Amino acid sequence: MDLLGSGIFKGMAVTLKNFAMTYFDRGRKERLPTVQYPEAGDTVTLFTRNFPFLIYDGEEEVDGMRCVACQICERECPPACIYIVKEKDENGKFVKRPKVFDIDVSVCMGCQICVEVCPFDAIVMDSEFEYSKEDRFGDLLFNRDELLKSNDYYHKIHPEEAQARDANLAAKKAADEAKKKAREEKAAAAAAAKAAAEKEASEKKDSPEASEPVAEEPKAEPAAPSENHAKAESEAKEKPAAEETPVEEPAAATDETEDAKEESSGGSEGKETSEEPEETAGSGEDDEKKAEEGEGVS
Amino acid sequence: MLVQFANWVQGELACSPALAKIVGILLAAVPLATVFALCFAFTTWLERKGLARIQNRIGPNRVGPFGLFQPIADGIKMITKEDIVPRSSDHFFHLIAPLLVLVSSMACLAFIPFGLGMTMSPIDTAVVFFFAILGMNTLAVFLAGWASRNKYSLLGGMRAVAQMVSYEIPLVLSAVTVVMMVGSLDTREIVGAQVVEGWATSENSGLRFLGQIAGWHVFTPWGFAGFIIFFIAALAETNRSPFDLPEAESEIIAGYVTEYSGFKFALFFLGEYIGAFAVLGLAITLFLGGWNGPNFQPWWSSDPHALLIPGFVWFFFKMFVLMAVLIWIRGTLPRLRVDQLMSFAWKFLLPLALVNVFVAGFLFHVAKEDRVWASVAAFVFLYLVAKGLSRMNQSDAPAPRKYHFAE
Ligand code: SF4
Ligand code: SF4
Repeated sequence: MDLLGSGIFKGMAVTLKNFAMTYFDRGRKERLPTVQYPEAGDTVTLFTRNFPFLIYDGEEEVDGMRCVACQICERECPPACIYIVKEKDENGKFVKRPKVFDIDVSVCMGCQICVEVCPFDAIVMDSEFEYSKEDRFGDLLFNRDELLKSNDYYHKIHPEEAQARDANLAAKKAADEAKKKAREEKAAAAAAAKAAAEKEASEKKDSPEASEPVAEEPKAEPAAPSENHAKAESEAKEKPAAEETPVEEPAAATDETEDAKEESSGGSEGKETSEEPEETAGSGEDDEKKAEEGEGVS
Repeated sequence: MLVQFANWVQGELACSPALAKIVGILLAAVPLATVFALCFAFTTWLERKGLARIQNRIGPNRVGPFGLFQPIADGIKMITKEDIVPRSSDHFFHLIAPLLVLVSSMACLAFIPFGLGMTMSPIDTAVVFFFAILGMNTLAVFLAGWASRNKYSLLGGMRAVAQMVSYEIPLVLSAVTVVMMVGSLDTREIVGAQVVEGWATSENSGLRFLGQIAGWHVFTPWGFAGFIIFFIAALAETNRSPFDLPEAESEIIAGYVTEYSGFKFALFFLGEYIGAFAVLGLAITLFLGGWNGPNFQPWWSSDPHALLIPGFVWFFFKMFVLMAVLIWIRGTLPRLRVDQLMSFAWKFLLPLALVNVFVAGFLFHVAKEDRVWASVAAFVFLYLVAKGLSRMNQSDAPAPRKYHFAE
């Protein structure tokens, strides 16, 4: 038989303890976790993630951009808050770079899906704390230049993740290089064989016919990618079958190269067939090279 | 000091009694209103800080040191806010209700002796008057609920009436014991009765020290039970948690203040706190020795009645301690249900208060030498009664629900 009203006193003791402990250092951490924000700084930890940003390597913001405007993230973003327009050079040819890359952070839900699907490690999550803006609409639509942040910054906010990504990229590059080499050897062998065959053929026929089988391949392919570029996302949803290949396993190296091939072949529209094998080997490094070339041209 | 000043002014104005009277009233009322408005401001700060700490927060800390000027900022906000009156409300009563709450609460303060000779309206039926005017509070709250023409306001007003009327009975009954024992309705006499006269004027300073405390009614069995009943009923009477049903946010928005905004809301708020001060002041007067406290004779004075610490300091100290307990309770106990509220008043507090009255009457007639034994017996008896009452009330609580398919 407990004392009358002892339940109330027990409760009062609990609140009294909570009250008193906030005044002692020992209980501070647990009982008074409030951070006095503007004075005591932010509460960003290594695990903080809020909105995505685009990485660039090296010093040049735009030239070092990893993003190749493949638009996978645009298609995958659940609330559809990414908007990408590809850049074209003066010949109307697509460059592997977004001209417009907007993220509406008022819509973005920080789900990190864009980061997961990006095959080029070009978009990652930020942990910036002070995102307050004065304008409800314009300021919350982050454009490409606002989104671009250096790889060094990424290393600063999420060191381990950044290192893992860099290692991943390096491994990919090495693999691609090896593949490229193998392919070049193959191409050389093929060229040699072709040359031999051509020699034979030239004795009999004209040259154009011989080049036809090479042109066959890109002719078949542009259909799918060009559709992708032309159609809006809403339409793309109706044709999931067409989408599935790049969507499902974008992280796999083979798919990447395929993707890049699609992009490049879509861009070049089968004109530069001779360059095809080199471009298919496209990785981040290659894109850069290409971007530099493009810069040189313009 | 103020008292002396007032007396001096009275002396100067002795030639025209009417003017002297008006000035006297003003001189008493203005400091009272000012001091209690300040107390109110401080209490809101105390409440917010205390609740915050209880809930492991920091609380207001931006305006002034430790956020002490927060009430001023709040006041400015309240005054400058738009005053919205519902179109279909009864404008006159809507306006008058907050004023009535404030006026009735303030008027209650007039009967509380804050110190020696510091009773604003020293009349010999102060306790009765106090409860009579406190009853006006109920009316004002119901007026607010009805005049707003809003279902939540009306519900809040109804609840307030039911609650305040129910709890007024144990409140008054517990006060009755004190009146019985002291034999006076005058608050000054009640305070005076709580000093052990022989000790308090003795030469031994230790004994005098004790004499200021030992006589408090709260140390007698009937006083102890009475104080607890009074305190609980006071919580309900002033709509404080856990009896804040009339303004239960989770059920009826803000109850009878739903349709009030801006300065009128501030008036309600102020009136409620002043009402709490008044009821606590009466509790202090009746049970906690009023303005008496452990005190010393100042070394420069030879008058045995002179006090080093002025009486009102003790009074306000006790008031803020009780206020802190109120805040503490608010931070601890969840709100009652309406049926629990009612059954608690009628089935527990009321019988206990009645028994307490009889116990007090019994003790009044016990001879002096048997006082100690009678007191112990009375303590035990009252506890057993309370325990029995709580037992009886538990029986009609539903049995704990059995879950057949859980687990
Ligand atoms: S998925 Fe990556 S590379 Fe492709 S557009 Fe998005 S950020 Fe750029
Ligand atoms: S984090 Fe999620 S919502 Fe935000 S841009 Fe990336 S995919 Fe879209």
